[in-house]
Amino acid sequence: MRKYDVVVIGAGPGGMTAALYAARANLNVAMLDRGIYGGQMNNTDDIENYPGFTTIKGPELGEKMYQGTVKAGVNFVYGDVQNVTVDDQQMKHIQTDSDELVASAVIIATGSNNRKLGVPGEEKFSGKGVSYCAVCDGSFFKGKNVTVVGGGDSAISEGLYLANVTDGVNVIHRRDQLRAQKVLQNRAFDNDKIDFTWNTSVTEILGDENHVTGVKIHNNQVGDDTTLDTDGVFVYVGNFPNSQIFNNLNITDQAGWIITNDQMETTIPGIYAIGDVRQKQLRQITTAVGDGGIAGQNAFEYFEAIKHRQTVKD
Amino acid sequence: MVKNLTDKDFVKETSTGVTLTDFWATWCPPCRMQGPIIEQLDKEIGDKVKITKMDVDANQKTPMTFGIMSIPTLIIKKDGQVVDKLVGLHSKDQLKTVLAQYTN
Ligand SMILES: Cc1cc2nc3c(=O)[nH]c(=O)nc-3n(C[C@H](O)[C@H](O)[C@H](O)COP(=O)(O)OP(=O)(O)OC[C@H]3O[C@@H](n4cnc5c(N)ncnc54)[C@H](O)[C@@H]3O)c2cc1C
Repeated sequence: MRKYDVVVIGAGPGGMTAALYAARANLNVAMLDRGIYGGQMNNTDDIENYPGFTTIKGPELGEKMYQGTVKAGVNFVYGDVQNVTVDDQQMKHIQTDSDELVASAVIIATGSNNRKLGVPGEEKFSGKGVSYCAVCDGSFFKGKNVTVVGGGDSAISEGLYLANVTDGVNVIHRRDQLRAQKVLQNRAFDNDKIDFTWNTSVTEILGDENHVTGVKIHNNQVGDDTTLDTDGVFVYVGNFPNSQIFNNLNITDQAGWIITNDQMETTIPGIYAIGDVRQKQLRQITTAVGDGGIAGQNAFEYFEAIKHRQTVKD
Repeated sequence: MVKNLTDKDFVKETSTGVTLTDFWATWCPPCRMQGPIIEQLDKEIGDKVKITKMDVDANQKTPMTFGIMSIPTLIIKKDGQVVDKLVGLHSKDQLKTVLAQYTN
């Protein structure tokens, strides 16, 4: 059992910023992650909306943020968090797959994960043409045609990435317009390797023994069903919060996003939530970083307050 | 250190006992997360399972025979026969559970 002043769960941009602020306030900070630091930035190619860089690769920005936390004295700890409990001394116990950590304050920064389509064939052809990561699997589709499902920022930016490595990209979207930022939209409309299929949902993923050969689609306007040939399907249909492990704490809304006030405080004193896992409007690196600064500073103030209370008691 | 296999030595290196091979590439972020997990697993599991990896950029033949189109993919063999194929990032505990089926 290791003891810290603050434990940050998740080392994405939110968690790294929170850890940086807490460590610079002289607290003993552990930053836990079940993988490498960087979070979702690791699955991103070019980032063009993080101030200070006209453009930067996701993993590179992660590396730079991590260097900052190391310099500030943050301890990076490997671990898959299983649950968090609060004892009657208000200490938080963080159970990982291999260890237990104890801390006065906990900052939850576990982010979100990609949602699945939930159609027949998706599971069967996962890894055989169905993918959730263009940067990882795009190069297996050189000289081939692929389909992107979705119309948000991720769908369009990854569609643009795929247009560079494959022969052609068809974006299937269930509405008649995109949700993605205008800059990305215009770039996609101008790219002659990208086509759009509007008002359409994918209802099944088709294939032979070994890989995807097409998709069955349904036009929501006309109501007809057709099939399209394709060699790969990249799914970008939204996210769900990584908050199931905190169910016992009762701090989420119906959909699982963690509810906080604008100080990043949950209903439990000393437990904060930041970044994508939090109930909010705009899920981006800049907003995760902003949340992180606030939570890191507030964790410091919380720590000082309980320390003071203890000294008065003693 | 987990040994890097090539198209040339893959069959030989995975022909006896229980083996696990992690197919990866430098440009694949989840592979960068899988890497340290595999290293840790190798240390903990000892001689029970032979843990290896293969860079799909430098070796195309083996990944193609297994129809790999997504990485990381982990191929588990027992006495030279493929017994399991896991696609995507897997935690150390998940891997231990899967491997236990073949070592016991
Ligand atoms: C394809 C794609 C492209 C994007 N492009 C952009 C862009 O151009 N600009 C932009 O601003 N934003 C972009 N985003 C969004 C941005 O990546 C996220 O908003 C941001 O990463 C959220 O940061 P976070 O710290 O909240 O969580 P995350 O980055 O998701 O990090 C969460 C971390 O928590 C860890 N974790 C989760 N559960 C556990 C557990 N139980 N135990 C231990 N560790 C755990 C995870 O391993 C992960 O490292 C993009 C997202 C995607 C998917």
